[in-house]
Amino acid sequence: MAESNDFLHNVADKDYEYGFTTDVDTEIIDKGLSEDVVRLISKKKGEPDWLLEFRLQAYRYWVEQKQPEWGHLNMPEIDYQDISYYADPTKSGNSGKSGEIDPELMKTFDKLGIPLEERMALAGTAVDAVMDSVSVKTTFRDKLREMGIIFMSISEAVREHPDLVREYLGSVVPYRDNYFAALNSAVFSDGSFVYIPKGVRCPMELSTYFRINARGTGQFERTLIVCDDDGYVSYLEGCTAPMRDENQLHAAIVEIVVKENAEVKYSTVQNWYPGDKNGKGGVLNLVTKRGHLRGANSRLSWTQVETGSAITWKYPSCVLSGDNSQAEFYSVAVTNNFQQADTGTKMIHIGRNTKSTIISKGISAGRSQNSYRGLVKVASSAQGARNYSSCDSLLLGSKCGAHTFPYMDVKNSSAIVEHEATTSKISEEQLFYCQQRGINTEDAVSLIVNGYAKDVINKLPMEFAVEAQKLLGVSLEGAVG
Amino acid sequence: MLKIENLHASINGKEILKGVNLTIRDGEIHAIMGTNGAGKSTLSNVIVGNPMYEVTQGKITFNGHNLLDMKPDERANMGIFMSFQQPVEIPGVSMTNFMRAAVNARYKAQGREQLSAGDFLKLMREKRKIVELDTKLTSRSVNEGFSGGEKKRNEIFQMAMLEPEFCILDETDSGLDVDALRIVAEGFNKLRKPDTSAMVITHYVRLLDYLKPDVVSVMIDGRIVKTGDASLAEKIEKTGFDWIKEEVGL
Repeated sequence: MAESNDFLHNVADKDYEYGFTTDVDTEIIDKGLSEDVVRLISKKKGEPDWLLEFRLQAYRYWVEQKQPEWGHLNMPEIDYQDISYYADPTKSGNSGKSGEIDPELMKTFDKLGIPLEERMALAGTAVDAVMDSVSVKTTFRDKLREMGIIFMSISEAVREHPDLVREYLGSVVPYRDNYFAALNSAVFSDGSFVYIPKGVRCPMELSTYFRINARGTGQFERTLIVCDDDGYVSYLEGCTAPMRDENQLHAAIVEIVVKENAEVKYSTVQNWYPGDKNGKGGVLNLVTKRGHLRGANSRLSWTQVETGSAITWKYPSCVLSGDNSQAEFYSVAVTNNFQQADTGTKMIHIGRNTKSTIISKGISAGRSQNSYRGLVKVASSAQGARNYSSCDSLLLGSKCGAHTFPYMDVKNSSAIVEHEATTSKISEEQLFYCQQRGINTEDAVSLIVNGYAKDVINKLPMEFAVEAQKLLGVSLEGAVG
Repeated sequence: MLKIENLHASINGKEILKGVNLTIRDGEIHAIMGTNGAGKSTLSNVIVGNPMYEVTQGKITFNGHNLLDMKPDERANMGIFMSFQQPVEIPGVSMTNFMRAAVNARYKAQGREQLSAGDFLKLMREKRKIVELDTKLTSRSVNEGFSGGEKKRNEIFQMAMLEPEFCILDETDSGLDVDALRIVAEGFNKLRKPDTSAMVITHYVRLLDYLKPDVVSVMIDGRIVKTGDASLAEKIEKTGFDWIKEEVGL
């Protein structure tokens, strides 16, 4: 059984393709966090008083809180005074908004496969490119504006559409929601703002690409999507970071508001630097994502493919207030080497006849730990609520772990809540069968893993589904002998 | 040409093959018959490099290449194909994607250009007809929900797709009814090129009626003990193995 031992022992040593750094003059403020730092960030962004006040309240709340410890995670201690909270790579030349963009930044995004010139763009996709704390460029803005769609960085939105931002910011994830939400609310830098007006179907995919570049900084992006009555938008988020020995903190908030008959699809392909094969470095990905299905018949789906980060701690959630609203959560989380993931969702049923679906696929290799944690809550008002949850775990090797923590809280007797869970391993026989047909082990693992994850991958927009498939293969390269 | 010399192999420390010598020439259909537990399936699996088995001694060469130095996928890409006795199910992986990966790997090894998606699907359709494999089966996951007979047919279908130079049919007839057996055997004959060789493992002459072996070898207790022509198979069918055992003193 020599081969089988290799299968168990040989753990990935695959170079992270996006681990390069960009040499660009970046304005980085001094490390440390205080009220003065919060004021400085707000001032740099030229924010109105109400937003500064929002930040300060969040900061004051945050300093009184302790970092939570309930995750099934072995979390390194984070020294919040040893992080710089603002890094601006557009500072050297231009603002990035009005005129030319530093060619180095253009090159960086080209290298990441995200061309910022509209003529080069992926078919039917508009991109907001964010590096460190600042949005570098948003493509196709003018074309979208003709339809009344607002797609810009949140910093610009604060200036150009202050009433909209003020109305919705913090309305889905209040700063008191949790420790990292409070931190983000105090120091958030950039992110995207999307507004889909009544009755408008957004004709292209909107996407934000987040890139951490500067050393010793954290990224605290904030995304706000509002889809008005009868609107539709499909939104995609992608992320990468350079390889660094130290952990880098990424604490984001995504808020989504979905009104009557409106539909939002939010997809994430998360490929932050996962750390090296010994578990050194990597991004700490601590994110609060939540959607509020406010209107009747509204729909929201979260699709996530999580392959990166040393630690992923997030639960894209849905509050189903509108009657007949429907929410979906599709997740593939891959962990290899020493990566840890504690991820899942919360479905809060409040409206009548609300329906939610949870499909979670965890894939663990190496010495990684992969947990699904999900809450299904049915309020007494949610007459006829339905949930179906299916949580599958696939193990490669015997040193990794897969865990499932389902929570249910049902207060309406008419509700139907179903939960299914399976755990499986890629068997030696399956691998050998593929090999006998000429398919090498790595391609075989990729084939089997992609087959396993296809229910989720199929939910992604086409171009990104192809990328995600490749990413799954690459993330597990070397995971078998 | 496949050449096996003094091959010893074991599973979980138990020796099964105890010095096998066997030569299969290009274009030759070579039947291996033998009692249960004689080591016929072990021999098949060792040739294709199943990691469950450990080779302790001996040599296998294929067209002069030392197979024992090669990984299973490398052996397969040299044109060695085994029709599995019990094909495994691979949930979630469609037959189409599976065959695409296999055909791509084989073409790459042969230095041939990869097929376009359209040409590939056309090839699937053509080959499927030869073994009368239902369309609905190729749209399913690999072997999932296939009956025993469908799995065997699916093996021959894969063989058709990969056009191997040397095929091992490991009890491909077991679990097949008469009609299915005819379809599988006739399919094999249609696919066969003049220099395609095969090692056919079977308990029954029935399959050999269709495949017409050039050589029949008898395996008992981990060794090839007798080799003859097709008439040997008929004799075994009538009289069993005891006379051979006596002849060789087992």
